[in-house]
Amino acid sequence: MRQEWLARILVILLLAVAVSIPVVGWWQRSQGVVLHARMAETGGWTPENLTVQVGEPLHLRLTSDDVTHSFAIGQSDQPAVDVIPGEITEITLLFDRPGKYTFYCTRQCSLNHWRMRGTIEVTGSSTTTETIKLPLYVTLGLDIDAEHHADVIPAQKPSALRGALLNQSVPAIYLSREYYLAHTPLELWKALRGEPAFQPLTGQDVWDLVAWVWQSNTAPQELQVGQQLYSTNCAACHGEGGAGDGIFAYSALTPISLPSGEGQGVRVPPVNFTDPSHMLSASPAHLQGKIIRGGMGTGMPYWGPIFTEDQTWALVAYLWSFQFELEKKP
Amino acid sequence: MNPLQEITWLDKATINETQGSLHTARRVSGRLNLYRIPWLRPVFESRWPQFLVRLLALVGFVFAIVAGLFGSVIGSHNFAIIFVWIAWWSAFKLVFIPFGGRAWCSICPITLPGDWLQQGGILSKGHGLGLNLRWPKRLKGSWLQSSAFLLIGLFSALTLTDPRLTGWVFVALFGLAIGLSLVFEHRAFCSYICPIGGFSGIYAQTAPVELRVIDIEICAKHSDKSCYHACPWGLYPVAFRDNAACGLCLECLRACPRDNLALSLRPFGTDIGKPRTANRLDEAFLALVMLGSALVFAAVFVGPWGWLKSAAFAVGSLQWMAYSASFLSLNLLILPGLFALAVWLGQRTSRVKLPLKREVANQSQALLPLGLMAWIAFTVSFAFPKLGYILGVLNDPFGWGWKLLGAGYTFWSPDVSGFSPVLQVILLLIGLFLSANVTRRLAGSDFRRTVPILAFCLAFSLGMFWLLVG
Repeated sequence: MRQEWLARILVILLLAVAVSIPVVGWWQRSQGVVLHARMAETGGWTPENLTVQVGEPLHLRLTSDDVTHSFAIGQSDQPAVDVIPGEITEITLLFDRPGKYTFYCTRQCSLNHWRMRGTIEVTGSSTTTETIKLPLYVTLGLDIDAEHHADVIPAQKPSALRGALLNQSVPAIYLSREYYLAHTPLELWKALRGEPAFQPLTGQDVWDLVAWVWQSNTAPQELQVGQQLYSTNCAACHGEGGAGDGIFAYSALTPISLPSGEGQGVRVPPVNFTDPSHMLSASPAHLQGKIIRGGMGTGMPYWGPIFTEDQTWALVAYLWSFQFELEKKP
Repeated sequence: MNPLQEITWLDKATINETQGSLHTARRVSGRLNLYRIPWLRPVFESRWPQFLVRLLALVGFVFAIVAGLFGSVIGSHNFAIIFVWIAWWSAFKLVFIPFGGRAWCSICPITLPGDWLQQGGILSKGHGLGLNLRWPKRLKGSWLQSSAFLLIGLFSALTLTDPRLTGWVFVALFGLAIGLSLVFEHRAFCSYICPIGGFSGIYAQTAPVELRVIDIEICAKHSDKSCYHACPWGLYPVAFRDNAACGLCLECLRACPRDNLALSLRPFGTDIGKPRTANRLDEAFLALVMLGSALVFAAVFVGPWGWLKSAAFAVGSLQWMAYSASFLSLNLLILPGLFALAVWLGQRTSRVKLPLKREVANQSQALLPLGLMAWIAFTVSFAFPKLGYILGVLNDPFGWGWKLLGAGYTFWSPDVSGFSPVLQVILLLIGLFLSANVTRRLAGSDFRRTVPILAFCLAFSLGMFWLLVG
């Protein structure tokens, strides 16, 4: 009988150990914030909204419940970290300014990858005063939803190098950064076409000059940054070659339904950046507006809370490479 | 009531036929009685070693249930999935069944709580709580086990990858085992419901271990039948003709006052290749379900068809319903139909005319080596690449970021692509050869009788070759 009781005690004791180990672990785990990542179709980030005080460390334990995601904070220098299925990645964030920060996934995790976003509300007082700067497309009052088509397009892809070799003196007004940002290539082409000095040039020559002007407003490192941003964030829909034929392009045309009710709206194909009629009739400020604000009901995400202003301009600069040969050397 | 009439698996007529063959069997050389080895005997004689292993298994499964229900939803990082479907399920198919027959049943923890309540004790019997009703006669045999296996097969893609579902499946198994122990006598759950028991029961007949009476005359003179009364399964060892029913709990060995029972090592496949004395169509059906399931599992889990995996995974969808219909058709209609056709064709050309049912039961023995080897070959593809995950979940059983084995530990996946196709081909060829041998032994000199069965086995082997090796 003593052996029987010993056996019973052993059973109860070991079962208690088997159950108490996870209970203790569960209790310890509840001490920090566990941020679960799931594809947007099955819920996105959980919790979606976080709050923290300025100067107070925010300790996050990231894990994915399906595929590999990545965690990044918009408009910040915080490097993106991978969020691996079933594993815990720990990071600590420190915010020195109050505001609403957007965190997002940087991996093309699903058709609705870009909808994987959440916010961190940082409360408290700031030591510095900041003025809000409106985006250029807003100050210019551009209607970025208006239809636009170029009535003149080049016979071949304009080349900045050929434009430089023409050795023409372009009036300074057209070379300024302000002019570049606010005007379309077509507007510049027409303006240059109207200059008496350029009357002997062919239409293609003038397009090459336009390409050269665009290149002179683009730093090489800006193109590099833009290319990297494009590959990471845009190519899945717009295609690596910019033709609007990325692997997720078809999804932009497919009606979708998300748990949150998002995803309804106009289904239009991604813009083709290699289409001269479309691109040469758009200004850098127009493209900036599209990137910041998004497609408003289409599959085009809004990148305002994600990209810094410099990043947005770098991306815009890279988009022109689908229209112009911007290399300095052949 | 005569204890012989209590036997759950065989009717009295069968036992009478069996006695003769057992009487002969004890004279067959090539047995090594492990119970007579002096240093090994205490291990079997005492209930403690078996109980401790069973207790560890119980702790493991309860831990797996908790991990499944509350741990990470990522199967590869959850103890439940890796422990149950990679470690245990592989060990079950690769070690327990081929080398131990129903040895797993002897340490299976699923019935431990139910046994305790039914028997009123763990190591000894006390005041049990069970109603001890007799299991309905119409539900005897392995039909329910086949059905349970088919039911699990329908949801296999989800069960094998979803920790929550795995947790609930084992909660259900424990609950069912406890419930049936409280209502019915003996191990009703193990004998008639448990799909794992069904799986091990039929393939245990090929195993190199057996528990048998040594001298049947001694038993005949022993009126107490203490072995029968001691057996938690309600079995009478004198009636054992094969390994299908005995769970190797060894209670009969401990109870026998004449030391007339042997736990022996024997050649592989000893039970099969002899004419059946009963129309056990349930066993034939179970053997066919195992073949069909092996084919479907290989196609879903190892095959290159993403749409098939998606269909098997999307439970409740139209695609899943189509998958289920195909799975059930294969197991309920196509394979049984083809096998019956093969047996019938063999009968047509045979000089010996047996009833078709009896011949199906006879020839279904040929499916056992083939089926077992097919499952082992499937396991090589399915489980070997994931063995590295076992250490991973020991390091972090719940996917909560624990580092029990050290901070630097990472999940890894061994590359088995080099040797696994060769190994699988060898295994399937061995299975085919052994099955052909069983058919030949059953047919004697009547070679034409074996041809359709051999064709059936060959077609199945080619199917598995195609699915596993390409």
